[in-house]
Amino acid sequence: MCAFCGCGDSADERTAHHHHGHDHDHAHDHHHDHEHGHDHVHAETSARRIVAVERDLLAKNDAFAADNRARLATTGTLALNLVSSPGSGKTSLLVRAITDLKARHPIAVIEGDQQTSRDAERIRETGVTAVQVNTGKGCHLDAHMVGHALDDIALPAGGLLFIENVGNLICPAAFDLGEAHKVVVLSVTEGEDKPAKYPDMFAAADLMLLNKSDLLPHLEFDVGTCLAHALRVNPRLQTLVVSARTGEGMAAFYAWIEARATPAPAP
Amino acid sequence: MHELTLAESLIDLAEDEIRKLSGAKVRTVRLEIGALAAVEPDAMRFCFDVVARGTSLEGVALDIVTVAGRGRCLACGHEIEVLERPALCPDCGGFRVEVTSGAGMRLKELEVE
Repeated sequence: MCAFCGCGDSADERTAHHHHGHDHDHAHDHHHDHEHGHDHVHAETSARRIVAVERDLLAKNDAFAADNRARLATTGTLALNLVSSPGSGKTSLLVRAITDLKARHPIAVIEGDQQTSRDAERIRETGVTAVQVNTGKGCHLDAHMVGHALDDIALPAGGLLFIENVGNLICPAAFDLGEAHKVVVLSVTEGEDKPAKYPDMFAAADLMLLNKSDLLPHLEFDVGTCLAHALRVNPRLQTLVVSARTGEGMAAFYAWIEARATPAPAP
Repeated sequence: MHELTLAESLIDLAEDEIRKLSGAKVRTVRLEIGALAAVEPDAMRFCFDVVARGTSLEGVALDIVTVAGRGRCLACGHEIEVLERPALCPDCGGFRVEVTSGAGMRLKELEVE
């Protein structure tokens, strides 16, 4: 039973047992860098005492993510969490990838958007299952939402699950959904220093797709400078330059996927 | 504005702990944030005050303690303190620094009386 929303999941109950708080009185020294400017008095002489807690704010999400990861492992599904700012071309890139890969792999998509099911409809036109998750006022998908979306997806072994996150280059970085990899999509119309300006997402990703390369002749965009910014933030980041429109570089993305996917059973 | 989600998690955790304190009055909630966590302390304070309304945390002070992250230079191998991304290795001047910690956020402790 999911204590989070009464939906039948168990992750929430499990995290509730992570508590290991113990009461102890001690003179309160700060061993950390304090960033705040206000003064505060630790009145050791009064009845004040410190109760140690040490509980992670993301523990609940991370427990749901672990459940999702276990479910995906049992079905041999490779899940990729696609993150980017709005308008980077994630959906067009997905439509192209699905069209090119669906003969070799069963594919499903979870579409995250603040509202509408327009993206899921675009994906369904390719013939694969797409589950739309509307986050309402929320700025990111979380692992609990994805767990519910997984209830509507049945993929045979060797399947690929693409999770298209809400277009937002900040918030989704903090939320593990249970994916195998975060794939950050950046388009060449956005500015080559974006990885320096929004480092958290590029740090969280394992692969960066630099999309819309067909527009490079019309722009003053230095690919080398952009990749250098990205690698400074995350020296282990893998990078590919692609165009979902012309197909340039997409074969390399498919090879990257194939190297990680469970082989589909022979027909 | 994922700080709102995180503030809700913080209030949930704090209320859970307060229930175990049998009536002790909480004065301060101390939150530890890694320097590389994707969270803005000012936004967190604002969201905490908003979410705390109507709960047992209303009016309780939020103290945010920022903790430096750690990293390892892939070029020279030195372990270094990391305060921001991209991180520059102070020993060799290189940018190939792999961050090993500093993205965490946790309810560290409650100050009660």
